This record gives sequence, structure tokens and C-alpha cells, in this order.
Amino acid sequence: MAASPIGSNPVIVATRVDKVGTRANVARIIRVVVSLAFALVSLIPISWMVVTAFKARSDIVSAPPKIFFTPTLEGFVNLLTNRVQIPQDQAKAKLAQPNLPLFDRIAAERGQAITGPSQYTGRVLNSLIIAGASTVLSTVLGTLAAYAFSRFNVPGKSDLLFFILSTRMLPPVVVTIPIFLMYRDLGLRDTHLGLILLYTVFNLSFSVWLLKGFIDEIPKEYEEAALVDGYTRLQAFGKVVLPQAITGIAATFVFCLIFAWNEYAFALMLTTERARTAPPSIPTMLGSGGIEWSAIAAGSLGFLIPVVIVTFALRDYLLRGVTFGALKK
Amino acid sequence: MLRPCQDRIAPHGKTLSQGLQVLNRMAAISARNASPSVPRRRGMSDRQIQWLFIAPTLILLVLMNIFPLFFSLYLSFTEYSVIKPNNPPVWVGLENFRHLLQDKQVWTYFALTGRYVVLSVALQTLVGFGLAMLLREKFKGNGLITTLILIPIMMSPVVIGLFWKLIFNPSYGIFNYLIGFTTPNAGPDWLAKPATALGAVIIVDVWMWSPFVMLLCLSGLKAIPDYLYEAASIDRASSWYQFWRITLPQVAPLLLIAILFRTIEAFKTFDLVMGLTGGGPGDATELAAVNLYRVAFTRFNTGESSALAYIMLVIVMAVSNLYVRSLNRVREG
Repeated sequence: MAASPIGSNPVIVATRVDKVGTRANVARIIRVVVSLAFALVSLIPISWMVVTAFKARSDIVSAPPKIFFTPTLEGFVNLLTNRVQIPQDQAKAKLAQPNLPLFDRIAAERGQAITGPSQYTGRVLNSLIIAGASTVLSTVLGTLAAYAFSRFNVPGKSDLLFFILSTRMLPPVVVTIPIFLMYRDLGLRDTHLGLILLYTVFNLSFSVWLLKGFIDEIPKEYEEAALVDGYTRLQAFGKVVLPQAITGIAATFVFCLIFAWNEYAFALMLTTERARTAPPSIPTMLGSGGIEWSAIAAGSLGFLIPVVIVTFALRDYLLRGVTFGALKK
Repeated sequence: MLRPCQDRIAPHGKTLSQGLQVLNRMAAISARNASPSVPRRRGMSDRQIQWLFIAPTLILLVLMNIFPLFFSLYLSFTEYSVIKPNNPPVWVGLENFRHLLQDKQVWTYFALTGRYVVLSVALQTLVGFGLAMLLREKFKGNGLITTLILIPIMMSPVVIGLFWKLIFNPSYGIFNYLIGFTTPNAGPDWLAKPATALGAVIIVDVWMWSPFVMLLCLSGLKAIPDYLYEAASIDRASSWYQFWRITLPQVAPLLLIAILFRTIEAFKTFDLVMGLTGGGPGDATELAAVNLYRVAFTRFNTGESSALAYIMLVIVMAVSNLYVRSLNRVREG
């Protein structure tokens, strides 16, 4: 474009006058350096978590903290299995076996034998079911309600909207007591359905508010044109509004997922065994001699990865989506 | 006077072109089934759709929030404990409220929570807004840095709290090393001293939630139309003037939304403290929500805890109402 002679092409890219020259360049370098530095510093705790997951117990509690160490899968063994202490000669005999599985070998090196898988995988599976279902539900219901609030003259609209927001102000502990009693009578305690419903409701306030902002931004004229052309309201919603709102829907989806995935208080108070999710169970991984830091780090790491993958996959929607929502007047 | 132009489509080429596509498509469709008659309205009426769309949300909210809310309001006037199901609630009137409001300890916890909320939200706002200012211009790797900074908000607060306990440890934690204490145990034991424990909780909260403020500010900043700055720089307005007269007023609505959500959440801080300090040492980090949990699920004083919850709810609603009002003022002004 720059090489083409002036006049043959219309100028379609404008450069802001304050965006050229050395001063702007210096400013840009400062931006890059400072933001990169901040990102790196704020990642230290997470990198430390990754490092800790691969440390042996003696390396974790060494002072000063070790940056260089021999990595081990001890933490993962502690996380994924239940073990018992065995006499030294038995452990030696085990180690002598030529094709002992890796996890058994690591356990035997510390004089332990694996008795079976731990509850961790089951708990993560519970988290997947509960967070997944409730996120989908609250995004779908939130989209429908946000559309209705955005487009129709709902009686008492602003009161209803403040009411919806106010449900978010309740400390979880407040709602838990009555819900605890209600669930006990309905048989919903410690069930997947119970937590799915609860998380859906808690995310609904957020998703309605966020999505209403996005849908407000889509000009009404599009739908009106579609209606004039013989679309029904539902068709106009499905074929005109939804595709336009997709960035907002994706951003909402990510936020709801993060909340439901990490929720702790409700899960702690309303589940015991069958439907217990990972967050309340990770802190309870106490070993015999104090907290098993490497198991906790490994567990948190495994638990963080799914949500990071989803966020990275929807990253563009998230950044672009929130931008779009910002335009509301 | 610099005023955003009312045309809401123009600054967004993408939206405009999408819109044109839609219009073209619709023109094609209408040409295809061109009929001289007035388009008929088939299917449901708008009113039906309106209620069909809102009803599930409202029903769920009423069942899971309004019912529990009224039920706990009732419980707040009674003497009751969930672990004694055979003793039905006994009506005691305002006794629970009177008792709580006269309890100096409760006021201490509320004051502590207030200090925590103000400090923590103020720091998050500063850090988050600063980061957004840095990241607003596109540069190479911009999106990646933004996403990396966002990682802390994807984590479970209770796990974060637990893990920072390791980081704050005076002998084998890395925090003291990073801030310059190179000999073990020479630095402060952050979580063991009442004077520093609240500060430690604030540090972790700021680390975790500044990215959230950043994300909302970033979206506000990116939505400011370029021509405002162009006009200002043609008028040779200083960048200081541009910041106060363009950037800040334009980003204010989103900044306030971020602050509103963070304030509500900070009032309810529970998981993080449970993981990090469990309310200790002593009761130095016993925030209102943690105290509430103790009354409700350690002492199982269900009636009194419901009353305490109501007091908290009223405070949070009053504060949010103030925010929502100033938000509306900013939007109109």
C-alpha cells in the first residue's frame, strides 16, 4: 500500500499524528517492558506452583528455597493414589522387580505400597459435570432473559434488574442455611443436580447483566428489517441477534465457567461424598507429616489446566467481547 | 467541546460491515419470496416470547434466592439450630439483632472488613487501571501478555490462599526472598503477626483480582473513539489534559462497574481467607463472612447467623446502591 503512487489508490489508512516520531516509539518500548515485567512477576506464584508439583518433600521445605532440584513425580503419586506404609524389606523386594510400574516404584522408594486410586479423579469429574452443565444453563437462560430485557418493555424492568443483581450480593453462607434445609427435604443434598441448579442461579445475575450490555449494542434496526421481511420474532432472534451476540455469549461463558469451576463455599457446605467437587477436597490433602505441598500443587495444577485451555481458546472472543460490551451508553 | 458523536456504528468498521451483510442477505431473502401482501406475523406474540424468555430465570431466582431469603429472614427472628432438628424455631423477635448490634466484637469485624474492602479495592483499581493503560495500544505479543496476566483470576481462591501460605512461609517461602531477605527466617512472618496478616491477605487479593479490573478497563479504553484524541492533539492539548478530559470520563462507567463487582465480592471474601489464614492469627483476619461462617457452621447458631447475614446484606446493598446511583450519574452526564 505504501509503495503505490499517490492518486491511484485512495488513502484508507489514517495515522494518528501523535502516534509517530521518537517520543511515541519510546513510549511504546516502555509499555512493552513494563507490562511484560508485570506479567512475569505476577506469574511467579503460578510458576512456583508448577515447580513445587515436581519437588520431593525435602526440597519443598529446604531453606533457602531451591530453584534447582531433581524433579520427581512424588506429588502426582500422592495425589492420584492411596498408599500404605510397608516394611523396608518388602519395599526392597518390590524395587528389585524388573518391570515395576512407575508409580509403584516411586511409592516403593519411600517405603510405601499403592493400595488403589485416590478420589481426586472422581472429584475432578464431578467438577466437570457440575461446572459444565451449570455454565451452559446459565449462559442460555441469561441470553434469553437479557434479550427480553433489552428489547421489550418488561413491566418494572429496572427493579427486576436490580433484584437480579442483588441476588449476587448475598454472602453464600446466608443462602446456604435455608438451601441446606430445603435440599435436605427434597433429597437434593449431595447431588449433582442440586449444585448445578445452585451455580446456575448464582451465575444468572452476572450473565443477564453482562449479556444485556452486549445485546443493547446490537442495533434494533436489524431485527426490525428481518421482521418486515416476514421473519417471526423467534427467527429474527435466532438468525440475526444470536450471531451478532456471539462474542458476548463467549465472554459470559468464560466468566460463568471460572466461577462454577472454582466455587468453594457451597460445595463445602452442601456436598459430602457423591457430588463433592475438587476445590473443597484439594485443601484436605493432608499427609501424615504435615501438609503434602507437592500433592496440593499437582492437584491445583491439574485442576487449573482445563479452565486455562477454555480461556485460551476463547481468548479473542473474551477480549473482543468485553470491548463490545463496553460501548453501551 | 469534545463530545462523542452520536453515531454508534461509525467507529466500528466490523459491526458496520456485518450489518451490511445482514441487510444484503435480508434483501435477497425478501426478493426471493417477494409477495405484495403485508408480511404476516406468524408464531408467538412478542408478549408471549418476552415471558417465555424471562420466566425460567425469574422462577429459578425466586425458588433459589427469594424463598431462602425470606426463610432466613424468618429464622433471624428465632432461636434455632440446624443440628437440633427436633427443636423447632422459637420466635424471639428482635433479640438476635439487639444482641448482635450491642456486641463490640461484631463491630470490630465489620470495621476490619471495611478496611480490607477499601484498601484492597483501591489498590486493585490503581493496578488494574494502570495495566489497562499500558496494554491499550496494540503491540506485538499484546494479546498473549493480557492473557498471561489473566491467569490468576482463573484459579480457585481457596487453593490460591492455601498455596500463598507456602509462599509466605518465613523459612522456605519465596516471598521474603523476592523482597530482599536472603537469610532464612530473617524476614517478617507475614501470616503469624496480627499487624501484617491483613496486609498479606490484601496482597494476595490484589494479585488475584487486579487483572479483572484491567480487563474491564481495557474494554472501556478500547471503545474510546480515536477521533477524540485526534481532535485534542490538533488543538495541541497536553497528554495530561487528554487523560483528564477524554480518557477518564470515557472509561468511568466501566471502571465503576468493575469497582462495584469487586466491592460486592470483597465484602463476601471467604474462600481466600479460609485457605490463607483461617481468620487468624487470633481473629486478626476474621472478616465478616468468615465470622458468619463460624457462627453458622461451627457454633451452629442458625438464628443468630441469619440475623448477622441480614445485617451484612443491608450494608452491601446500601453501598451498591450508592455505586449504581453514581454510575447512572456518570452515564447521563
